[in-house]
Amino acid sequence: MSQLDKTPSEYKRLIKQVSSDDSLSKKVTKAYIIGGLICVVGEVIFQLLVARGIPVEEANPLMAISMITIGGLLTGLGVYDRISQYAGAGTIVPITGFANAVVAPAMEHKQDGYILGVGAKMYGVAGPVLTYGMLTAFLIGVIKLVFI
Amino acid sequence: MQNRLGQQTIQFNSQPMIISSAAVVGPKEEQGPLGDYFDKCLEDSYYGEQSWEKAERKMTNENLNLLLQKAKLSPDKIDYLLGGDLLNQIVTSNFVASKLPIPFLGLYGACSTMAEGMILGAVLIDGNYARRTINFTSSHYQGAERQYRTPNEYGDQHPDYKQWTATGTGAVLLASDGSGPVVTEATVGKVIDYGVKDPKNMGAAMAPAAAETILQHLEDTNRTPSDYDLIATGDLGKVGTKLLKELLADKELDIDQQHDDCGLMLYNSNQGVGAGGSGCACSAVVTSSYLLPYLNDSHLDRVLLVATGALLSPLTNLQGESIPAIAHAVVIESNSQNDAIGNQENRQRGTGFKEEAIQPVIESEDGENT
Repeated sequence: MSQLDKTPSEYKRLIKQVSSDDSLSKKVTKAYIIGGLICVVGEVIFQLLVARGIPVEEANPLMAISMITIGGLLTGLGVYDRISQYAGAGTIVPITGFANAVVAPAMEHKQDGYILGVGAKMYGVAGPVLTYGMLTAFLIGVIKLVFI
Repeated sequence: MQNRLGQQTIQFNSQPMIISSAAVVGPKEEQGPLGDYFDKCLEDSYYGEQSWEKAERKMTNENLNLLLQKAKLSPDKIDYLLGGDLLNQIVTSNFVASKLPIPFLGLYGACSTMAEGMILGAVLIDGNYARRTINFTSSHYQGAERQYRTPNEYGDQHPDYKQWTATGTGAVLLASDGSGPVVTEATVGKVIDYGVKDPKNMGAAMAPAAAETILQHLEDTNRTPSDYDLIATGDLGKVGTKLLKELLADKELDIDQQHDDCGLMLYNSNQGVGAGGSGCACSAVVTSSYLLPYLNDSHLDRVLLVATGALLSPLTNLQGESIPAIAHAVVIESNSQNDAIGNQENRQRGTGFKEEAIQPVIESEDGENT
């Protein structure tokens, strides 16, 4: 015999009432500001490269590489996840977030060895992005081949 | 069946005593309100080891040695070792037990392991199958995060309702002779599943289990909450505590005056731990280093410890299953001959057990001490 009267669905409603979290507008604003700031850093790097006479088509990948390096470095220094506590999606969506998603598991699984630890588990978080990124690229390739 | 009370409760007639207890915690727990009470605090989460799992083992091992030292007993005087932890295959407990020449029973009750071990220890002693038993448990924040959720450095947000797995280990030594607080009754919980699926909201998963066990316990023993000086739930945190009170209010039971939660006692609200502490260590270290010394000095006469466990598996969660939960309750009463070994050592150390600290921490109802 169960002691409680509540049904699971009533309980679910109750959980929603008491599980406080930031409001959506607050989350979106924070993500917009920090995510935007990250993009500003990228733009500054890009403009500096162009000002130094590097052609645009080369400056673009160089900027991306710089941002990945910064994201990886901040992850390694244990700073990136602290910024994410505040920024949420603002730090996950930009390319620095992708760097974080690869470097974090790599660091984590170092203690499990380099082959089956780091090697195998490095893409545990970013894996879905890679898999479905490739799948999408393939599908678009097929569409282009057939229709265009 | 004279040792049974009602549906789920057992009483121990032989008065198994807790003659010693010890706890080691991590750096974050040291900074919390109970920091001074613990026997030892680690400087960092690796504790000089190559992995977090090894660090958890090392501190658990040291804690058991400390417990034996405090009790002035050698391992051969202990009949059974009962232990469990959060890692897969309860590896911490298995490895730690391999270092001691004591028969071992491995337990898995997630964060309820402390109470589960205490109940089984008391049963073994009360049934004359053992003179002394040790039960221990441990958890490690980074180790648990990595197994149950995402890599530690990954930028996943920690929402306000999510709890923080405590790093630490607690152990108690139960004996048929000696002196110290007495384990008088226990209510073994049933697994309760209210369909909660969010692995970040463990408090919500565990609250119904705690409510069930508390209601059953009071019914079986024919008591009211006012018969207890303290009803301490294991690790419901802010969210789970609110839910527990709502669920009990439905049954017209008010435990506001007596209730506190170990997860809320362990940290300060400015430590960034979301809804409070959780993990096997949470109720274990609070009980070992805080509640038991208080019971021992008769500042508390009768405590109901309701250790709650969310029986989460990342695998079944991925497959869309909910999180079942369990709660075990143990009644611990103070004993007039209160010269228990653990406490004397505490005093000699000159840290633990500060008179002035008891009030603010025990009375935290509004989450101030989370």
